[in-house]
Amino acid sequence: MNRTKGDEEEYWNSSKFKAFTFDDEDDELSQLKESKRAVNSLRDFVDDEDDDDLERVSWSGEPVGSKTRPGSFQSLSDALSDIPAKSYAPELGRPKGEYRDYSNDWSPSDTVWRLRKGKVCSLERFRSLQDKLRLLEEAVSVHDGNVITAVLIFLKRTLSKEILFRELEVRQVALRHLIHFLKEIGDQKLLLDLFRFLDRTEELALSHYREHLNIQDPEKRKEFLKTCIGLPFSAEDSAHIQDHYTLLERQIIIEANDRHLESAGQTEIFRKHPRKASILNMPLVTTLFYSCFYHYTEAEGTFSSPVNLKKTFKIPDKQYVLTALAARAKLRAWHDVDALFTTKNWLGYTKKRAPIGFHRVVEILHKNSAPVQILQEYVNLVEDVDTKLNLATKFKCHDVVIDTCRDLKDRQQLLAYRSKVDKGSAEEEKIDAILNSSQIRWKN
Amino acid sequence: MFVMWFTSLHFRKFTPRLCFLVRPRIKNMRYVAGLVNADKLAGRTRKYKVIFSPQKFHACEMVLEEEGVYGDVSCDEWAFSLLPLDVDLLSMELPEFFRDYFLEGDQRWINTAVQALHLLSTLYGPFPNCYGIGRCTKMSYELWRKLEEEEDGETKGRRPEIGHLFLLDRDVDFVTALCSQVVYEGLVDDTFRIKCGSVDFGPEVTSSDRSLKVLLNAEDKVFNEIRNEHFSNVFGFLSQKARNLQAQYDRRRGMDIKQMKNFVSQELKGLKQEHRLLSVHIGACESIMKKKTKQDFQELIKTEHALLEGFNIRESTSYIEEHIDRQVSPIESLRLMCLLSLTENGLIPKDYRSLKTQYLQSYGPEHLLTFSNLRRAGLLTEQAPGDTLTAVESKVSKLVTDKAAGKITDAFSSLAKRSNFRAISKKLNLIPRVDGEYDLKVPRDMAYVFSGAYVPLSCRLIEQVLERRSWQGLDEVVRLLNCSELAFTDMTKEDKASSESLRLILVVFLGGCTFSEISALRFLGREKGYRFIFLTTAVTNSARLMEAMSEVKA
Repeated sequence: MNRTKGDEEEYWNSSKFKAFTFDDEDDELSQLKESKRAVNSLRDFVDDEDDDDLERVSWSGEPVGSKTRPGSFQSLSDALSDIPAKSYAPELGRPKGEYRDYSNDWSPSDTVWRLRKGKVCSLERFRSLQDKLRLLEEAVSVHDGNVITAVLIFLKRTLSKEILFRELEVRQVALRHLIHFLKEIGDQKLLLDLFRFLDRTEELALSHYREHLNIQDPEKRKEFLKTCIGLPFSAEDSAHIQDHYTLLERQIIIEANDRHLESAGQTEIFRKHPRKASILNMPLVTTLFYSCFYHYTEAEGTFSSPVNLKKTFKIPDKQYVLTALAARAKLRAWHDVDALFTTKNWLGYTKKRAPIGFHRVVEILHKNSAPVQILQEYVNLVEDVDTKLNLATKFKCHDVVIDTCRDLKDRQQLLAYRSKVDKGSAEEEKIDAILNSSQIRWKN
Repeated sequence: MFVMWFTSLHFRKFTPRLCFLVRPRIKNMRYVAGLVNADKLAGRTRKYKVIFSPQKFHACEMVLEEEGVYGDVSCDEWAFSLLPLDVDLLSMELPEFFRDYFLEGDQRWINTAVQALHLLSTLYGPFPNCYGIGRCTKMSYELWRKLEEEEDGETKGRRPEIGHLFLLDRDVDFVTALCSQVVYEGLVDDTFRIKCGSVDFGPEVTSSDRSLKVLLNAEDKVFNEIRNEHFSNVFGFLSQKARNLQAQYDRRRGMDIKQMKNFVSQELKGLKQEHRLLSVHIGACESIMKKKTKQDFQELIKTEHALLEGFNIRESTSYIEEHIDRQVSPIESLRLMCLLSLTENGLIPKDYRSLKTQYLQSYGPEHLLTFSNLRRAGLLTEQAPGDTLTAVESKVSKLVTDKAAGKITDAFSSLAKRSNFRAISKKLNLIPRVDGEYDLKVPRDMAYVFSGAYVPLSCRLIEQVLERRSWQGLDEVVRLLNCSELAFTDMTKEDKASSESLRLILVVFLGGCTFSEISALRFLGREKGYRFIFLTTAVTNSARLMEAMSEVKA
């Protein structure tokens, strides 16, 4: 800046302009600083060439004067006196209200500075689109989200949404802030309009879908989900939305039915294991578990049968078996567990197979306190020998340990295990018999 | 943390004045306005004061105005910017920073972070050397410098007391934040949730029927010795200490009256104190061990290490699939998926689809929204066929080309970045080559915080930049990290700094930092003769990060 000291003093001491009002909380120092800043910036206004040239048109149609400095009426009367025409039409002039009111005339950077400090700041003077955008750009350049949002609040109020959207489309930072702001104040309508305008169809769909979380009543929520089905989700997501709707629809039916059954008090399963919670809004796997628990034997035709659920939602075998196992094991229905894994091969022989690995089966059985004989049977089916041995030892399936050691020809391990079994038990005898057997070629 | 219990406020007695201490969130404003308007309707007159912490936002004023209560409520600000959690740890207690910035792209808290930094700079500044990496870092740094210029003269000519400042964004290193922690303090945080430097130990830890709230910082002598240790050392250490303690107690057997009197007045209190602390921590250890055995922690860690090292990816994916099928924990399942995505540069489309479907089936269909959030934040992404467009290209393509083409790289890409973890890991040697066993009792590098399997990326970056006093030689890494770095040294200030202050480094984590990173850097400090001071927007861990991204309350 190339002001002279004298100029500064002049401005500092001049009283041509209205006094500034500051918030009462300001201490003296920051007040002084702010005054200094304000005054320094005033230079800009006064020295600024006025934006609009004023065209004076006299009665004869000839342009009269060129520039008019604000606040100075001299030129106007000068201009008038130059006109030779006699009749005086009402002059085109700037609206009186538009003469600059210095106390409120902050530049974009000063305005942003005030906003950063949390000061009350009327943004009304930024009326032209150009001014508004300059203010926005200034706000974005200081990186302060609070300021950016404040400016956006103002723009939202004073611009039509089409213009606002159009301008924000190319201003990513401001756009993000507007989106977050709209989410926070819950202006769903404007938010969806914005996404539509930006052609962000997926976000549009997700935003609409999100609303379902605010609907507590199951029927209403189900109806709402129905409206989500046609939305422009990706192909996979559309399927998920459809599943969500179908699931809730089912759950409502099952819940109503079971509540009725439970209160009637005739059904054994509900008497023995009263329901602890409603099935509404539970995940699919939980619903499947529930169905395997309370409705296992039902035919495919009913809404609550596990097989029906499996088919409707295309539940993979792995998941189905895992869940059914957990449910039947909890009920200690070992025969059902058996049936889950038993298949008949083409020769008519039954064989046990599992899509989930028998070690997993064993763990679940153990968690539900299955008797040792059952555990033993499944431990035996574990393919990996080390895992088999580990599990057998962990769960005290003595026979399996003994047999495996024998198969591995591992004498040391068998000997070690001997000390773990009860004295004089059948297992001890068995171990001794094997150890004494001359037919086995021990490797250690 | 400020918790305003917004349950129904039924006052038994009429209270003429209500004061709210709140975060500047719109939903809080609506609540206050609701209350005021209800009072107006019922003809009750009261005085209302709202104290915003750390500051008031313009949007809040707007809501108060809109609800017609602006004139009825007086507003104050409590500029609480720093909470000292420990001798070397300062927290801004802004956990919302993570979601607001890294998910929503909202920069509202940048000013708050800058204020905190500014406060430190006026107390201990200026900082002769400034380094940083990350987009938020860059913006914060610019805003901070602007603030310093505006309020110039406050730090001019002072002797710097802190030699180096290092700023980093959380998203420069998501991987570390998502790993299971195995240093004691990290494990306590993962298991029990440390809040504001204290933790609530329930009956299973205290072996009584009461819970105990324990302050965890350097003042707890027992804790201070074990906090940075790998968990495998802790139990042994505590047992030994317990034996020592018992031996001290036993000394009283052979004492005469005078000695006994001395013992009781001088030593007993200290011993009792130590005894109390020991039993708390031993109880905590036992509880942790029980929980971890139940969760099959060993298997989990094995999978994590495999992901970090890049081996057995198919096996790890199966493990995650099973984890989801068994409905073990929605947060843990999510964390593992994110770890897989971050280390592998996104899931292959087949896996992404199948794991997502299974997750929705196991934990609820509404998590569709959670997946959308994770994708936006770059935590759980799908490998695109061919290269992903950068944010700029996608912006341009949307404007120039057909709108249908722009759909492929939609606005999701603007905030997220490619991960490139493996390449970075190779360049920075994050996976130590070990011949034989890695000795956790005498750790030789920062990888000990993850059992020797992995050096935290964030810590390695800090180590390298401090060593080089610049980003020289790290250009490739910076490019792979896909963000901007900064380094600024003011020699005039550096000359004024004492050699001791030049060893002091202030590390600022924007978005949160974990106890593992703190432990690792404390180790680095001991090795290199630095002292680190940590400033974070909040202390965090994998669970908190996942919860922040979850659209549905888990």
